Amino acid sequence: MKIAFTAKGKDWSSSMDPRFGRTEYFLIYDEEKDKIEFIDNSEANQEAHGAGPKTAQKLFDLGAQVLITGNGPGGNAASVLDKMELKIYIGAGDMTVKAAYEAYKNNQLKKF
Amino acid sequence: MKIAIASGKGGTGKTTVSTNIASYLAETEKVVLVDLDVEEPNSKLFIKADLYNKEDKFKMIPQWNQNLCTLCGICQEVCNYNSVIQAGNTIMVFSELCHSCYACSELCPTEALPMIPVKMGELTHYKNNNLDFIESRLEIGQELAVPLIAQTIDYVNNLFTDDFIKLYDSPPGTSCPVIEVTKDADFVILVTEPTPFGLNDLKLAIETMQELQKQFGVIINRDGLGDAEVENYCIKNKIPIIAKIPNSKEIAHYYSRGMLIYKQVSEFKEQMEKVKRYIINSMRGVLK
Repeated sequence: MKIAFTAKGKDWSSSMDPRFGRTEYFLIYDEEKDKIEFIDNSEANQEAHGAGPKTAQKLFDLGAQVLITGNGPGGNAASVLDKMELKIYIGAGDMTVKAAYEAYKNNQLKKF
Repeated sequence: MKIAIASGKGGTGKTTVSTNIASYLAETEKVVLVDLDVEEPNSKLFIKADLYNKEDKFKMIPQWNQNLCTLCGICQEVCNYNSVIQAGNTIMVFSELCHSCYACSELCPTEALPMIPVKMGELTHYKNNNLDFIESRLEIGQELAVPLIAQTIDYVNNLFTDDFIKLYDSPPGTSCPVIEVTKDADFVILVTEPTPFGLNDLKLAIETMQELQKQFGVIINRDGLGDAEVENYCIKNKIPIIAKIPNSKEIAHYYSRGMLIYKQVSEFKEQMEKVKRYIINSMRGVLK
């Protein structure tokens, strides 16, 4: 399972970024390979409009099966994500990435 | 003569000034008042006039033709506004984000994105003797005010020569819609209030007008409230203070009833007289 986190940093101890469209980074955790990688999304902050769909498009190409985030994607982004097989969990905006992953594993996160 | 009535901060009295000065000027001059705050136009609440014309306004957006599409991805690459997104084997168009630039449509090698019109808003034109009043209203769900503002200004300029006094009631702030309204104006009136918030946003508005190389003056509304910093700032920077409208419960009372205030409150009318003289003098080129 490939899990995507919206994060403010590049590793497990980073804070989650509660925003979806303008998240600073994506952390992608590949459970099978036990490997974590980060994707810089800071260019989304340059977008006056449409950061949500653009970020959703990026996530689409990354091919994650699970997204863990804070506030949840907005309408436009959600309609793009809807086209992929993606389970979205929200409410992890105040946690670290590690804590968010544990909360997800313990079924403590809300499904979007 | 085109005059934009703008502000940095919202709720400082743009509509109060616009509707009153338009009606007052129309007692002797030919005036067109245009409510360009298309996201929430409200000048009509104060203007009594008869319906003259109503028309739908459209913008062009691409519509995806799945049968012609080869999923080459060019459309998504060339879109600067993220309104065309390729998600797997689907092309999604977010019409609210589209700026009608035609890039995706023109550059599509298989013509799979023809442009089609969608309604973005409605323009309504009213008349009352010397006063023409025009407002445009954005459709619910539409995000972009600029194309509707541009089309409304085109409508006004096609219909009225420059010997009319054209007053543009602007949206608040200093972003694209305000630029669109003020860039066409000969002169900008900035309405502010004498508070730290009013001053902060006035400075932003002034910076914007200087960048656009616009001539401008300030009206201080609700004078007597807050502090003297706005006035001090204007004096120090040699910015003309066109009028000072007193902070008065009586004015608020007539405003809340949708009435024109200059007809009821003499101290308000005195200030409108100053604005009128300023506008007429500007027209005659006396002011530099």
